[in-house]
Amino acid sequence: MADPIIRYPYEGTGIRGFKDFAGAHTREHLVGLYRAMLRIRRIEEEIARQYHEDRMKTPIHLVIGQEASCVGCAAALEDTDLVYSSHRTHGAYLAKGGDLKAMLSELHCRANGCAGSRGGSMHLIDKRVGMAGTSAIVGGAVPIGTGAALALQMRGERGVVVVFLGDATTEEGVTSESLNFAALKRVPVIFFCENNFYSVQSPLATRQPERDLCRWAAGHAVPAVRVDGMNVLAVWDATRTAVARARTGGGPTFIETTVYRFRAHGGAADDSATGYRSEAERRAWEAVCPVALFGEYLRQADLLDAREVDTMERAIAAEIEEAFAFALASPEPVESDLYRHVYAD
Amino acid sequence: MPWDEGLVNSLVYDRPDPTEGRIVSYVQAINEALGLALECDPSVFVLGQGVDDPSAMFGTTRGLHERFGSSRVFDTPLSEEAMMGVAAGAAMNGMRPVYMHNRPDFILLAFNQLVTHAAKFHYMDNGQTNVPLVIWAAIGRGWGSGAQHSQAIQGLLLGVPGLKIVMPSTPLDAKGLLLSAILDNNPVCVFEHRWLMKKDGIVPAGFYRVPIGKAICRRPGRDVTIVGASHAIELALQAATRLAAEGIEAEIIDLRSIKPLDEGAILESLHKTGRVVVVDTGWMMGGVCAEVGCLVAERGYHDLKAPVARVGLPDIPTPAGYALEQYYYPDAARIAAAVTKVVRHGHEAPPTPVQAP
Repeated sequence: MADPIIRYPYEGTGIRGFKDFAGAHTREHLVGLYRAMLRIRRIEEEIARQYHEDRMKTPIHLVIGQEASCVGCAAALEDTDLVYSSHRTHGAYLAKGGDLKAMLSELHCRANGCAGSRGGSMHLIDKRVGMAGTSAIVGGAVPIGTGAALALQMRGERGVVVVFLGDATTEEGVTSESLNFAALKRVPVIFFCENNFYSVQSPLATRQPERDLCRWAAGHAVPAVRVDGMNVLAVWDATRTAVARARTGGGPTFIETTVYRFRAHGGAADDSATGYRSEAERRAWEAVCPVALFGEYLRQADLLDAREVDTMERAIAAEIEEAFAFALASPEPVESDLYRHVYAD
Repeated sequence: MPWDEGLVNSLVYDRPDPTEGRIVSYVQAINEALGLALECDPSVFVLGQGVDDPSAMFGTTRGLHERFGSSRVFDTPLSEEAMMGVAAGAAMNGMRPVYMHNRPDFILLAFNQLVTHAAKFHYMDNGQTNVPLVIWAAIGRGWGSGAQHSQAIQGLLLGVPGLKIVMPSTPLDAKGLLLSAILDNNPVCVFEHRWLMKKDGIVPAGFYRVPIGKAICRRPGRDVTIVGASHAIELALQAATRLAAEGIEAEIIDLRSIKPLDEGAILESLHKTGRVVVVDTGWMMGGVCAEVGCLVAERGYHDLKAPVARVGLPDIPTPAGYALEQYYYPDAARIAAAVTKVVRHGHEAPPTPVQAP
């Protein structure tokens, strides 16, 4: 029996929260944000639907439920800004503009995957659009992104770096070390912490004392802000502020977005029934689904109608179908590929 | 990249060191390499705990922060893992960091970033990202350094694909291999030895490189091949002098790089002498001794006139006290004894069977 108690309730303002931020956007931009979230949702759903067929032989970590966080963040960045991410890579990669066909080829272990079938789902990369790299070790990407920001600073470039991390990443010593160094050198990096309250199946309360993650970050002299991660506009706004600070030499920012993953840590299904979190808790968060909530806001504000959504859905479905077909028709690597790129010339 | 023609087309020392020329200290040779790299390439920077303090990393970084500024030569927080990641991240984005540690023991704190990140990115993303990173450290020995300040960790890293490891034995090599390491587009570990830092030697002025992955013959000989690197080569040369007095001529192969390993040079010398003694500053188990020993057994079997011998550290942590250290570390006498045994193999009394305890 699942525990009916909601340990981590949604504390945002739901649909009312959008109007505080909507003034800064054109209609096109707002609809674009919705479309980007919807697209990621549909891609993830299709990956989940086909996963049991075992053609994608790669450990997946879906972002269903967390779309507002990655889309809101990436929308505040330019192509020349860099993103480093954790194992939960799909959202950051797609939101930053990563190529869908190359991603699905990678998931299908094909030679033309974005990492040539050496990375899989946890190591999506598209350097053309600034999706610069990932680590599948919790905390691994944090100093790498900090070092990338140091390089941008030393080279006098205007780019900023965003490192995607999770709540558990703040428990790794290297994250403290990185925040300390980033603050010391005032490097242009944003530590973008998506707090989904669970590390695999371990709740935050079994891993950390009751405290505010932002106060932890601020203890490293890094300005920190917490936002409703179900609100794409709130995330965009916080990221934009942090980007402006970083670009003007003001140094790092820590952003905590409170989010919830609707599926398991890994794989295609939800695992709430195993009892580590209650189904009531998951349902409470699903009730504030970031895609549905924003779609509803846009409809109420007369910025989007059902016909437009329908057109959008068809176009996304067609793109996904084509990309899956492309991946499945793509060549497998050959044995000689194994030996390439062990060392750089 | 901005390395000028002077360096790219500079001399490559793949022959024995010159016997005449400018003599400088080992420490000065390293300092010159760092200074030249910083001077000609704005993407090179040097970081590490104390690189700008009065001790200046044994003197190797002396004056560099004054010459090149504190944004290019800087002290770091005591955050080995993060700083290894920061260096790797900077290397992945157009920089060429040289991350210095005064002991390899501290690199163990950063293994996650070195082994699982820096060494893996180029392969993991299908060659899209280079990690031109140098990790420098000086192996300690003696003065009570003990179990936590004297570890020669090269054996732990031999099995990490994507890394290169160089271990110079002369001031000329220290400068030339460090310049090659900084120029290399991969993570390269440079393991120095504290005892070599007291040496002087002939070191050409200006740019030159010692190629990574090429061994060199330090002494020709017909009876036995001694293979090793770094300080072990100095001990081997001392042993060879003693052995010559007994009529045993040892050939000494200085590996210079232990990864990639110059297998051809080892096997070629074995073909000539028929006998191999492997010497190393690290542990015999799972290290350079084990790897070279296995190579010889696997690919040089038909040239072997005697079993391979290893002279390295026993499978014991390093003791701190002086008396225990004398039993622990191999010296020239122990190398000479191992060589004598190998050369006399088959000409001695049959061994007494070992009794089970």
